[in-house]
Amino acid sequence: MKKDIASVKNPTQNIVTKGNIIKVVAIIAVYLLITFLVNENILNRQMKSLLVPIGINIILAVSLNLTTGFLGELSLGHAGFMAIGAYSGAIFTLKSNMPSAVAFILGMLIGGVVAAIFGVLIGVPVLRLKGDYLAIVTLAFGEIIRSIVNSLSITGGAMGLSKIPRYTNYTWVYGIVIITLIIISNLVNSRHGRAISSIRDNYIAAESIGIKVSRYKIMAFVIAAFFAGVAGVLYGHNLSILKPADFDYNKSIEILVIVVLGGMGSIRGSVIAAIILTLLPEMLRAADDFRMLLYAVVLIALMLFNSSGLRSRLEESGKLPKLPVLKSRVK
Amino acid sequence: MASIIEQLINGLRSGSIYALIALGYTMVYGIAKMINFAHGDIIMVGAYTLYVAIYGLKMPAIAAVFFTIVVCSVLGVLIEKVAYKPLRKAPALAVLITAIGMSFFLQSVALLIFNANPITFKSIITVPAISIGGITISGITLVTLSVTLICMVALTFFINKTKAGSAMRAVSEDKAAAELMGINVNKTISMTFAIGSALAAVAGIMFVCQFQSIKPTLGALPGIKAFVAAVLGGIGSVPGAMLGGMLLGVIESISKAYISTELADAIVFGVLVLVLLVKPSGLLGKNRVEKV
Repeated sequence: MKKDIASVKNPTQNIVTKGNIIKVVAIIAVYLLITFLVNENILNRQMKSLLVPIGINIILAVSLNLTTGFLGELSLGHAGFMAIGAYSGAIFTLKSNMPSAVAFILGMLIGGVVAAIFGVLIGVPVLRLKGDYLAIVTLAFGEIIRSIVNSLSITGGAMGLSKIPRYTNYTWVYGIVIITLIIISNLVNSRHGRAISSIRDNYIAAESIGIKVSRYKIMAFVIAAFFAGVAGVLYGHNLSILKPADFDYNKSIEILVIVVLGGMGSIRGSVIAAIILTLLPEMLRAADDFRMLLYAVVLIALMLFNSSGLRSRLEESGKLPKLPVLKSRVK
Repeated sequence: MASIIEQLINGLRSGSIYALIALGYTMVYGIAKMINFAHGDIIMVGAYTLYVAIYGLKMPAIAAVFFTIVVCSVLGVLIEKVAYKPLRKAPALAVLITAIGMSFFLQSVALLIFNANPITFKSIITVPAISIGGITISGITLVTLSVTLICMVALTFFINKTKAGSAMRAVSEDKAAAELMGINVNKTISMTFAIGSALAAVAGIMFVCQFQSIKPTLGALPGIKAFVAAVLGGIGSVPGAMLGGMLLGVIESISKAYISTELADAIVFGVLVLVLLVKPSGLLGKNRVEKV
């Protein structure tokens, strides 16, 4: 905790600290380790094919955590932003005649930016709404996107958009995941991030000390939308085919489950949960029918355990060791 | 001209189903201040219960309908007791996520029992169609409209004239004060869930009789649309839910007929966003002043 306060006091002190060097070394080491495992064929084909989806889910979960965990507003339209990014990025790479790397980078930027523009569009009604209304508007928004994509000819309608070049690979995804993590974790530890968290904790108090609530709400929304869009582009260029049905309400819930399981307001938690929840269903192929049931039970049990006072009662009576308090309990 | 009127009547039919579901949302929201996301799936449970009652237990139609309503009411109360009651003091986001979890739970249980293939179901409503001046109204439309009308009149009477109804209004106004006046808050909330689920069961019966096919995700979209209807009319307001439901049904039916089938959903949800932009509390909703 002491270290946190020190770093908050001097945010611009210097970038080259012991902690940061260790992080950079760890990032490179993990990358080399996984590359080694892939090249030496230690990982089987199934595991290899999961590396990209894991990365995509990490980006989605971390960005949703920004709105749900840090801003404290439930967004049920995250798959909608992902769809916008996926389609706009894929249409760009299909139409452009650029070298693949350039087209892919531009495609990702375009996907992210278009999703962010829609983030502003949804952010404006958000200004006037709070809590439950916001959840329903984002849900409505996700459904609007899906049915529009379904009816347009440029997106291929219900048949889907196919023959998208397969640009996404492990290296790209790894790089984008690291960039996402750096940007979002720096954001939430910055002045803006603390403003966002203060809105979650008590927006009336935040407003009274001069924090522009609506501005920060839109900011969190737009950034989350941007990364969801980028994740969508990666998704489209991995599967090489996009269908509107991939981006339904259930997809949004799937990401929400990752965020909730990992802990709201915990970026590390989102990363771990994204890895587990992407690997687990594949390993339990036989139990696939029970996957949704499992998700549902986990969601309910976690909420009841964390929010009903059961946890604090157990901790106080000594039946349960004191669990580490997450940065924020669900607000 | 005749076809426009027919579309309007079709709209009113699906609108009245939305209105029945929206009533459940709005009542629960008014009293427990939460969106019961699992409400839409009660419709699905109702549809499967009806199917089991008629084909499995070989009940006569009327008995099966009552059986369905009872099963759904009990389920609604049970869900409240198990999942929502422990969270009454918890933050709104936690309750909302629990409700989403409950909706997923009901869907996946149905998926495990009945699997994903749709079951065809022959309508139990066998009222002949009538035609007035070149406009044909199907039997199912007549039954749906009249059942909805009866339910709405009965509910309005119940809320405004009976003792239990005024207890409900009191709890929705101020829980603590209602408790001080000797109202059993827990019982009132259970009753709200029971009535809301019963209405959803009726809606579910109407719904399967219309579409004649049952699948585990059948409740999801009408549930969401009914919620949109409730928000459109002003959530927490009973007449608002009725108005919102009818309006939504008509808009949907007209846009399906004259604009595009695929875009109908987008138009419905677009109307919601527009209404909320102009009137954030919905058409008949009250503006609540936030107190510090």
